[in-house]
Formats: sequence, structure tokens, C-alpha cells
Amino acid sequence: MRINWTSICVDDQEKALRFYTETLGFRLKHNIPLGEHAWITVVSEEDPEGTELVLEPAGHPAVVPFRKALVKDGIPYTAFAVDDVGAEHERLVAEGVRFVQPPTDLGTVITAVFDDTCGNLIQIVEEKAQT
Amino acid sequence: MIHVDIYRAIADRTRRAILDELVDRSGQSLFELCARLIMKHGISSSRQAISQHLDVLEAAGLIRTRREGRSKLHWFEGAPLEAIGKRWPISTDEDISQDVDTSHSTDEDIKE
Repeated sequence: MRINWTSICVDDQEKALRFYTETLGFRLKHNIPLGEHAWITVVSEEDPEGTELVLEPAGHPAVVPFRKALVKDGIPYTAFAVDDVGAEHERLVAEGVRFVQPPTDLGTVITAVFDDTCGNLIQIVEEKAQT
Repeated sequence: MIHVDIYRAIADRTRRAILDELVDRSGQSLFELCARLIMKHGISSSRQAISQHLDVLEAAGLIRTRREGRSKLHWFEGAPLEAIGKRWPISTDEDISQDVDTSHSTDEDIKE
């Protein structure tokens, strides 16, 4: 058994696809129309055979209050690993991305949190080298 | 909202740590505060407990909150602490103030 797909609920799949590919830099892997919605997945350029992120439509009624409550408290339900949080922060701010939390050193990790414009907060995490 | 006096508000280690972190960076979410408290202070209280501490600090006027986008962020508000300095002013007497000057961080001691 392998963890091959993980999902994130997005307000608008087409808008999310643009943000996750053009702004964040992921690569489109699948885009299969399924009536009103589509089965869209993206992968990391650094690991194209790795876990696929499914851009899931946020249509279910339970998703609305769930995400609203998480975002209100600033909770990023999804996190991505990066080599350099500071560099990613600089790059994404230049792309117009809004950060709720700038790079913060928490001892063993450096983290930052941004708004994906599709109803989610995303955390980027850099694991510091152990000395 | 119920008013909480500042002495009660700062008479708690966790609430003082919350203020320390908000002084370090203004405009934090509950999530960021909880992460800082556990990683930097070893305070592993639940989000709900931290949220209640924030309510007490807000009722004492020591923090302000604002919605930014869809998130609720918190700011430190130091003005109410001035009441402490007014009530027990730092002595301007030279002999005493020399003694005070040799001790460490006079302002910090008074605010604490």
C-alpha cells in the first residue's frame, strides 16, 4: 500500500490549477473531465513520480464550515516541504501571494503560511540541518 | 464583553508568553501563536485553552484582533500597561535611581 494521492478542496478547479501550476510551480499530471467537475492532479517538478495532489471541488456542504473555521484560526491543513522557506517566501510574494505568517524559526523547522486564493492556507516547511 | 483587569491578565505565565510572542511579531493567527508557544516556550496547551487566554487578554485591552482576509489575527496593545507605571512611578530620586540603574532591566521588571 502506498500513499499516492492526497486531496485539497478548492473553490474553483480551473483557478486552482492555474495557482498550483503557474504560481507554485507544480506540474499538471491528470485532468480528466467528469461532468461538472474534473479529476485534476498535480505533482512536484522535483518528484514527478511522487504523491499527486488532487484539486478536489469544494462542493460538499460540510466542506464550507470546515474550511472556514480552519482559515479563521490560521490553520494550514496542507503543508509542503521546501529547501529554503526564505527564498520561497520572497519568490511567492513577488508573484503576489499573500502570507498570513512570514518565515518563522521554530527551532527545528522554519515555517511560513500563505493563502492559496482557493479557500485554503498552506504551510511551507524547511527542516533545519541538525547540528 | 466582561472587563478583566490587567493585573489578573498578566498574572499567568502562558498569557505573558503570548504577549512576548505578539511583541516579537504583530498580527498572528491562533495557529501561529500555538506553534510558537509549544516550540519556543514548551507550552503545549490546547488551541481551545490558548483561545481562552486570548479572550482574557482581549478583555483586559492588552490585545486587539482584526480580520485579515478570512483569518483572525492578534496584535499586542501596550497602552493599558501604562497604568502600572503611573500608579507606581519609577523614582526620580538620585540615590534610589542609581541603585535601580545597577539592577537589570528596570522597565521590564515593572511591566512584569
